Amino acid sequence: MTSDAALLDYLLRLADNGLVLAQRLGEWVGKGPVIEEDIASTNVGLDLLGQARLWYAYAGEVEARIKGTGRDEDVFAFRRDAHEFRNLLLVEQPNGHYGDTIARGFLFDQWHVLLLRALAGSTDDRVAAIAAKAAKEATYHAERSADWVVRLGDGTGLSHERMQQAIDGLWMYTGEMFAVDAGEEALAAAGIAADARALKDPWDAAVGAVLAEATLERPADGWMQSGGRTGRHSEHLGHLLATMQFLPRAYPDAKW
Amino acid sequence: MYAQMVDTGLRKLRDAAELSPEERAFQARIDADVKVEPKDWMPEAYRRTLVRQIQQHAHSEIVGMLPEGNWVTRAPSLKRKAILMAKIQDEGGHGLYLYSAAETLGVSRDDLIADLHAGKVKYSSIFNYPTLNWADIGAIGWLVDGAAIMNQIPLCRCSYGPYARAMVRICKEESFHQRQGFDIMIAMAQGTAEQKAMAQDALDRWWWPSLMMFGPPDADSVHSAQSMQWKVKLLSNDELRQRFVDQTVPQAEYLGLAVPDADLKWNAERGHYDFGAIDWSEFHAVLKGNGPCNRDRLRTRVKAWEDGEWVREAAVAHADKRAARAARAA
Ligand SMILES: [Fe+2]
Ligand SMILES: [Fe+2]
Repeated sequence: MTSDAALLDYLLRLADNGLVLAQRLGEWVGKGPVIEEDIASTNVGLDLLGQARLWYAYAGEVEARIKGTGRDEDVFAFRRDAHEFRNLLLVEQPNGHYGDTIARGFLFDQWHVLLLRALAGSTDDRVAAIAAKAAKEATYHAERSADWVVRLGDGTGLSHERMQQAIDGLWMYTGEMFAVDAGEEALAAAGIAADARALKDPWDAAVGAVLAEATLERPADGWMQSGGRTGRHSEHLGHLLATMQFLPRAYPDAKW
Repeated sequence: MYAQMVDTGLRKLRDAAELSPEERAFQARIDADVKVEPKDWMPEAYRRTLVRQIQQHAHSEIVGMLPEGNWVTRAPSLKRKAILMAKIQDEGGHGLYLYSAAETLGVSRDDLIADLHAGKVKYSSIFNYPTLNWADIGAIGWLVDGAAIMNQIPLCRCSYGPYARAMVRICKEESFHQRQGFDIMIAMAQGTAEQKAMAQDALDRWWWPSLMMFGPPDADSVHSAQSMQWKVKLLSNDELRQRFVDQTVPQAEYLGLAVPDADLKWNAERGHYDFGAIDWSEFHAVLKGNGPCNRDRLRTRVKAWEDGEWVREAAVAHADKRAARAARAA
């Protein structure tokens, strides 16, 4: 794999994480537990969507370097099938109840903020600039989701139980965040990508501290699911895309 | 409007001789355009009317998130998705400002929401219509936000300070929404034959309900005269409706879409468009709960509230624990 091909793949991983999680948060619009939360959660979705658009734009430019032409954000979002999506399995998991959504966001945000901070020092100026902007947003996301983990974990008996189940149920999707393939390793060696393996210890420490404050137990690292970043997804992604892509697929000639 | 039929609790306008000295002084201040503030004395009927009006308006913002939320996951481009999410988020914010304005009148947001869920208070009839194709999102911004602005700009000058100030903030955002909606309509009307058909279908379905947003004709609006004397309503329903028609018809022409009214024509003598008779039986049916979506909208809101109960309880329990810990540490 040339380094541009590896970079394209890497950028799509970053973009797809944002888009898919934003799409999930979009499902909550108008249905949150309290209006302030509805607004805050839509805000997170908007940030993630905005980040995805920046990553797609750069991915299109990198693709153009390889092939002469590159796809635009809407082609990436609406004209790829599930196996071409590169997002983590974690972010495509269904919303469940509010605690499930918070747990998913929390596990992701804690990783995302570390990743973006590392990428802000990328030797690729475009990557560094997008990551620096996104890291500020992700810092707020991570604070907010951690806050809610603590509130729900150390709230009522019922909320504690639900929050623990939510964390337990999603834990097997966290291993994938720290796996590195050959393309990513080469990019990391060149200082373009972050070495995800190096994020594991700080993530463990940060997640552990929040779980402890929330009076929740950190699950043991058992079997970890993976495949999202090579296009092997859970059954959920196909449905998410069927909904999201409906209009551009049904009316391929239309401009919206 | 977002508050279409606000009951003032009074059967007829009273003249100055029938007012108590306090009421006379109150009316004199309103006539002099002095804003009423929460701590000022106000007639009980004025307070109750405002609570009704502001809460109908607040509920409309919140329930109004649902028909648009119906298309967030299916917005056809990332840019449109982002704009739509931001718009719906604004509407939630409008709901919050308005609940806060209502709370200055001595009611609580939770009680107002309980009234909504119990079906005791209304929200705008417009949100009981379904969003069936993507052009509906354009039509809502263009027509529904457009009608809202028409009504709310005068309300920036209404007599109750907190309500007037909430309106100023809200109006700025509503005009963005209207432009964004019209922009969707342009793309649809200039798009493929299928898109144009969606745009026409959306206008066909939203036109008459939009005109109904301004409320019953002046002749049938028993409560309008009192509301106007109190300056919690500044222009009559029919006046606002006419302004809306006059503004919107040329926009429909620009889009190349047909307004679904055979009687619509420019009246050079009046300097206004004449338009056909509104089917008020439909309006009253929707207000009574028989619109296509009344049941779904309320169920969705109630379900969101009930599903969120454990979350709200946990937040309160956690805050209590924190406070107790802080007290022990002190
Ligand atoms: Fe609004
Ligand atoms: Fe609006």
